[in-house]
Amino acid sequence: MAKSIKVRAKVKSGVTVVKALISHPMETGMRKNKKTGKKFPAHFIQEITCSHNGNNVLMADWGTAISKNPYLSFKFSGAKAGDTLKVSWVDNKGESDSAEAKIK
Amino acid sequence: MNNKRRSFIKSSAAAGAFGVAVSAGLITPRAVLAAWPKAAFEATEVNAAVQGSLGSSAMMDSSDITLKAPEIAENGAVVPITVTSKIPNTDSISLLIPKNPTPLTAVFKFGSGAEGFVSTRVKMSKTSDVVAVVKSGDKLYSTKLTVKVTIGGCGG
Repeated sequence: MAKSIKVRAKVKSGVTVVKALISHPMETGMRKNKKTGKKFPAHFIQEITCSHNGNNVLMADWGTAISKNPYLSFKFSGAKAGDTLKVSWVDNKGESDSAEAKIK
Repeated sequence: MNNKRRSFIKSSAAAGAFGVAVSAGLITPRAVLAAWPKAAFEATEVNAAVQGSLGSSAMMDSSDITLKAPEIAENGAVVPITVTSKIPNTDSISLLIPKNPTPLTAVFKFGSGAEGFVSTRVKMSKTSDVVAVVKSGDKLYSTKLTVKVTIGGCGG
């Protein structure tokens, strides 16, 4: 799952606003295949970690009720333009991905 | 006396088998040590979900939390939600949707420097309240908002 994450981070008067879009099916395990009547197996992101200079600014545990292709936005202070921000996720199948973005 | 000896051998053999299973990877340590609170996310009751993820279920209503969500969501599969907490030392913000099959939606834990703000999109199975729970120190604060859903986001 390469390049599943799009991250934008921007500093404005000391506060960094991070916006991230992740492409992921986020299957709840309750949706049925109309043709076969079988349920699609659950496949969703469980953990998200966002770090700045090795410091975890945001960690999130997600359930199945986060929308498909999740969007996440948060703010933190203490970063300056040019720093890197790392975002990574792990899903219930053990798949993972991470991306880095330069803070503007 | 013979009986005791028999059961002792049995139990030690069982313990040995368990150890082998762990080392062989049959029982993954991840399932035991997982940081992801599985029980809380699978809980079908709000109180159990809050208890499981935050360690307590005693919540106080607070006007310092701003929950922004549409009054009417046409599509329950994508409901944008923004939570802003003005409570000092906000450790985490949790989102719960009581009428979803499993109410606990997400727990956002903040590190140093992070502000009490988070925005995301959630699925809602039907018209329900959305509850935001903020943890600050040992205390929980909550606020809620009703979102009307015309098309559910679960099932198909």
